[in-house]
Amino acid sequence: MTINKTQDQNTLTLQVEGRLDTVTAPELEAEIKGGLDGAERLVFDFGRLEYISSAGLRVLLTAQKAMNKQGGEMTVTGCSEDILDILEITGFSQILTVE
Amino acid sequence: MARLDIKAETDSLDKVTEFIDEQLEAADCSMKAQMQIELAVEEIFVNIAHYAYTPSIGMAGITVETQGDSVLITFEDSGVPYDPLAKEDPDVTLSAQDRSVGGLGIFMVKKSMDDVRYAYIDGKNILTLEKKLR
Repeated sequence: MTINKTQDQNTLTLQVEGRLDTVTAPELEAEIKGGLDGAERLVFDFGRLEYISSAGLRVLLTAQKAMNKQGGEMTVTGCSEDILDILEITGFSQILTVE
Repeated sequence: MARLDIKAETDSLDKVTEFIDEQLEAADCSMKAQMQIELAVEEIFVNIAHYAYTPSIGMAGITVETQGDSVLITFEDSGVPYDPLAKEDPDVTLSAQDRSVGGLGIFMVKKSMDDVRYAYIDGKNILTLEKKLR
Protein backbone atom coordinates (compact mmCIF):
# COMPACT_ATOMS: atom_id res chain seq x y z
CA MET A 1 0.00 0.00 0.00
CA THR A 2 1.15 3.52 -0.76
CA ILE A 3 -0.34 6.68 0.71
CA ASN A 4 0.02 9.98 -1.13
CA LYS A 5 -0.85 12.92 1.02
CA THR A 6 -1.69 16.36 -0.32
CA GLN A 7 -2.83 19.38 1.63
CA ASP A 8 -4.60 22.18 -0.19
CA GLN A 9 -5.60 24.95 2.19
CA ASN A 10 -7.98 23.21 4.61
CA THR A 11 -8.49 20.08 2.53
CA LEU A 12 -6.40 17.03 3.26
CA THR A 13 -6.41 14.39 0.50
CA LEU A 14 -5.12 10.89 1.13
CA GLN A 15 -4.70 8.89 -2.04
CA VAL A 16 -4.45 5.22 -1.11
CA GLU A 17 -3.02 2.78 -3.61
CA GLY A 18 -2.95 -1.03 -3.38
CA ARG A 19 -4.35 -3.11 -0.54
CA LEU A 20 -5.89 -1.78 2.64
CA ASP A 21 -5.85 -4.86 4.87
CA THR A 22 -4.96 -5.99 8.40
CA VAL A 23 -1.26 -5.57 7.66
CA THR A 24 -1.41 -2.12 6.02
CA ALA A 25 -4.36 -0.45 7.81
CA PRO A 26 -2.30 0.63 10.87
CA GLU A 27 -0.17 2.80 8.57
CA LEU A 28 -3.22 4.72 7.34
CA GLU A 29 -4.54 4.96 10.88
CA ALA A 30 -1.27 6.53 12.04
CA GLU A 31 -1.52 9.04 9.20
CA ILE A 32 -4.99 10.03 10.38
CA LYS A 33 -4.22 10.11 14.09
CA GLY A 34 -1.36 12.51 13.58
CA GLY A 35 -2.62 14.58 10.70
CA LEU A 36 -6.21 15.78 10.94
CA ASP A 37 -5.57 18.86 13.05
CA GLY A 38 -7.25 21.85 11.48
CA ALA A 39 -8.47 19.96 8.39
CA GLU A 40 -11.97 21.06 7.44
CA ARG A 41 -12.21 18.53 4.66
CA LEU A 42 -10.75 15.07 4.45
CA VAL A 43 -10.82 13.24 1.11
CA PHE A 44 -9.93 9.58 0.63
CA ASP A 45 -9.07 9.08 -3.02
CA PHE A 46 -9.61 5.36 -3.64
CA GLY A 47 -9.14 5.48 -7.42
CA ARG A 48 -6.16 3.15 -7.12
CA LEU A 49 -7.33 1.08 -4.19
CA GLU A 50 -7.59 -2.59 -5.15
CA TYR A 51 -8.86 -4.14 -1.95
CA ILE A 52 -10.33 -3.21 1.43
CA SER A 53 -11.05 -5.50 4.39
CA SER A 54 -12.78 -4.80 7.68
CA ALA A 55 -9.47 -3.52 9.08
CA GLY A 56 -9.59 -0.76 6.43
CA LEU A 57 -13.24 -0.04 7.13
CA ARG A 58 -12.39 0.44 10.80
CA VAL A 59 -9.91 3.15 9.86
CA LEU A 60 -12.57 4.89 7.73
CA LEU A 61 -15.01 4.80 10.64
CA THR A 62 -12.38 6.20 13.03
CA ALA A 63 -11.65 9.00 10.55
CA GLN A 64 -15.36 9.78 10.09
CA LYS A 65 -15.85 10.01 13.85
CA ALA A 66 -12.82 12.27 14.22
CA MET A 67 -14.06 14.58 11.43
CA ASN A 68 -17.57 14.69 12.95
CA LYS A 69 -16.03 15.65 16.26
CA GLN A 70 -14.07 18.54 14.81
CA GLY A 71 -17.00 19.68 12.67
CA GLY A 72 -15.35 18.79 9.35
CA GLU A 73 -16.43 16.90 6.25
CA MET A 74 -15.15 13.63 4.92
CA THR A 75 -15.59 12.16 1.43
CA VAL A 76 -14.54 8.93 -0.23
CA THR A 77 -13.98 9.14 -3.99
CA GLY A 78 -13.05 6.93 -6.95
CA CYS A 79 -14.09 3.52 -5.57
CA SER A 80 -14.19 0.54 -7.92
CA GLU A 81 -17.40 -1.45 -8.20
CA ASP A 82 -16.04 -4.21 -5.94
CA ILE A 83 -15.17 -1.73 -3.22
CA LEU A 84 -18.57 -0.02 -3.57
CA ASP A 85 -20.17 -3.46 -3.04
CA ILE A 86 -18.28 -3.88 0.23
CA LEU A 87 -19.33 -0.41 1.41
CA GLU A 88 -22.91 -1.29 0.50
CA ILE A 89 -23.00 -4.67 2.31
CA THR A 90 -21.58 -3.20 5.50
CA GLY A 91 -23.86 -0.16 5.52
CA PHE A 92 -20.81 2.11 5.13
CA SER A 93 -22.27 3.71 2.01
CA GLN A 94 -24.93 5.17 4.31
CA ILE A 95 -22.63 6.59 6.96
CA LEU A 96 -19.89 7.87 4.66
CA THR A 97 -20.17 10.40 1.85
CA VAL A 98 -19.22 8.34 -1.19
CA GLU A 99 -18.77 10.17 -4.49
CA MET B 1 -6.49 -30.40 -2.88
CA ALA B 2 -3.81 -28.08 -1.52
CA ARG B 3 -2.86 -27.39 2.06
CA LEU B 4 -0.84 -24.73 3.85
CA ASP B 5 0.23 -25.01 7.49
CA ILE B 6 1.35 -21.69 8.83
CA LYS B 7 1.97 -19.78 12.06
CA ALA B 8 -1.27 -18.13 13.09
CA GLU B 9 -0.06 -14.53 13.26
CA THR B 10 -1.04 -11.46 11.23
CA ASP B 11 2.44 -11.30 9.67
CA SER B 12 1.56 -14.53 7.82
CA LEU B 13 -1.37 -12.90 6.03
CA ASP B 14 0.53 -12.09 2.82
CA LYS B 15 1.64 -15.72 2.50
CA VAL B 16 -1.90 -16.94 3.12
CA THR B 17 -3.32 -14.58 0.47
CA GLU B 18 -0.63 -15.68 -1.99
CA PHE B 19 -1.46 -19.35 -1.39
CA ILE B 20 -5.20 -18.76 -1.83
CA ASP B 21 -4.68 -16.69 -5.00
CA GLU B 22 -2.52 -19.40 -6.57
CA GLN B 23 -5.23 -21.98 -5.96
CA LEU B 24 -8.04 -19.76 -7.20
CA GLU B 25 -6.16 -18.79 -10.33
CA ALA B 26 -5.50 -22.45 -11.08
CA ALA B 27 -9.22 -23.10 -10.66
CA ASP B 28 -10.10 -20.27 -13.08
CA CYS B 29 -11.98 -18.29 -10.44
CA SER B 30 -13.68 -15.02 -11.49
CA MET B 31 -12.03 -11.77 -10.31
CA LYS B 32 -15.06 -10.79 -8.28
CA ALA B 33 -15.32 -14.13 -6.46
CA GLN B 34 -11.55 -14.06 -5.90
CA MET B 35 -11.72 -10.72 -4.14
CA GLN B 36 -14.65 -11.83 -1.99
CA ILE B 37 -12.82 -15.05 -1.07
CA GLU B 38 -9.60 -13.14 -0.25
CA LEU B 39 -11.62 -10.88 2.00
CA ALA B 40 -13.30 -13.78 3.81
CA VAL B 41 -9.97 -15.60 4.18
CA GLU B 42 -8.37 -12.49 5.69
CA GLU B 43 -11.17 -12.05 8.21
CA ILE B 44 -11.12 -15.70 9.32
CA PHE B 45 -7.32 -16.01 9.41
CA VAL B 46 -6.86 -12.75 11.32
CA ASN B 47 -9.50 -13.88 13.79
CA ILE B 48 -7.51 -17.06 14.43
CA ALA B 49 -4.26 -15.06 14.68
CA HIS B 50 -5.79 -12.68 17.22
CA TYR B 51 -7.77 -15.02 19.42
CA ALA B 52 -7.06 -18.74 19.04
CA TYR B 53 -3.82 -19.03 21.00
CA THR B 54 -3.52 -15.72 22.87
CA PRO B 55 -1.09 -14.92 24.44
CA SER B 56 1.06 -17.52 22.66
CA ILE B 57 1.24 -18.35 18.93
CA GLY B 58 0.09 -21.62 17.38
CA MET B 59 -0.45 -23.07 13.94
CA ALA B 60 -3.32 -22.87 11.50
CA GLY B 61 -3.99 -25.26 8.63
CA ILE B 62 -5.72 -24.05 5.47
CA THR B 63 -7.05 -26.45 2.85
CA VAL B 64 -8.37 -25.48 -0.58
CA GLU B 65 -10.47 -27.92 -2.53
CA THR B 66 -12.66 -27.49 -5.59
CA GLN B 67 -15.93 -29.35 -5.74
CA GLY B 68 -17.89 -28.98 -8.97
CA ASP B 69 -18.12 -25.24 -9.64
CA SER B 70 -17.46 -24.29 -6.02
CA VAL B 71 -14.37 -23.94 -3.89
CA LEU B 72 -14.18 -25.10 -0.28
CA ILE B 73 -11.65 -23.45 2.01
CA THR B 74 -11.19 -25.03 5.42
CA PHE B 75 -9.37 -23.50 8.39
CA GLU B 76 -8.21 -25.63 11.31
CA ASP B 77 -6.66 -24.52 14.58
CA SER B 78 -6.14 -26.19 17.96
CA GLY B 79 -6.79 -23.05 19.97
CA VAL B 80 -9.64 -22.26 22.34
CA PRO B 81 -13.02 -23.46 21.08
CA TYR B 82 -14.66 -20.52 19.34
CA ASP B 83 -17.59 -20.38 16.96
CA PRO B 84 -17.39 -17.02 15.18
CA LEU B 85 -20.79 -17.64 13.58
CA ALA B 86 -22.47 -17.56 16.99
CA LYS B 87 -21.68 -13.87 17.28
CA GLU B 88 -24.61 -11.53 16.75
CA ASP B 89 -24.50 -9.49 13.52
CA PRO B 90 -23.68 -5.80 13.93
CA ASP B 91 -26.45 -3.29 13.26
CA VAL B 92 -25.38 -1.87 9.89
CA THR B 93 -28.05 0.83 9.96
CA LEU B 94 -26.57 2.79 12.89
CA SER B 95 -25.00 6.22 12.36
CA ALA B 96 -21.21 6.65 12.33
CA GLN B 97 -21.29 7.93 15.89
CA ASP B 98 -23.15 4.88 17.18
CA ARG B 99 -21.25 2.26 15.20
CA SER B 100 -18.57 0.38 17.06
CA VAL B 101 -15.18 -0.16 15.49
CA GLY B 102 -15.41 -3.91 15.00
CA GLY B 103 -17.65 -6.92 14.55
CA LEU B 104 -17.80 -6.35 10.81
CA GLY B 105 -15.40 -9.04 9.67
CA ILE B 106 -17.54 -12.11 10.28
CA PHE B 107 -20.61 -10.29 9.05
CA MET B 108 -18.85 -9.60 5.72
CA VAL B 109 -17.85 -13.27 5.49
CA LYS B 110 -21.44 -14.44 6.02
CA LYS B 111 -22.74 -11.97 3.43
CA SER B 112 -20.21 -12.73 0.70
CA MET B 113 -19.85 -16.53 0.91
CA ASP B 114 -22.45 -19.06 -0.28
CA ASP B 115 -22.05 -21.07 2.91
CA VAL B 116 -20.00 -20.91 6.13
CA ARG B 117 -19.87 -23.86 8.53
CA TYR B 118 -18.24 -24.28 11.92
CA ALA B 119 -17.49 -27.43 13.90
CA TYR B 120 -15.36 -28.32 16.92
CA ILE B 121 -13.94 -31.79 16.36
CA ASP B 122 -11.14 -33.62 18.23
CA GLY B 123 -9.91 -30.45 19.93
CA LYS B 124 -9.91 -28.45 16.71
CA ASN B 125 -11.88 -25.47 15.46
CA ILE B 126 -12.86 -26.25 11.88
CA LEU B 127 -14.36 -23.50 9.78
CA THR B 128 -15.30 -24.04 6.14
CA LEU B 129 -16.09 -21.41 3.54
CA GLU B 130 -17.91 -22.36 0.37
CA LYS B 131 -18.14 -20.12 -2.68
CA LYS B 132 -19.01 -20.53 -6.35
CA LEU B 133 -15.95 -19.93 -8.52
CA ARG B 134 -17.89 -18.06 -11.22
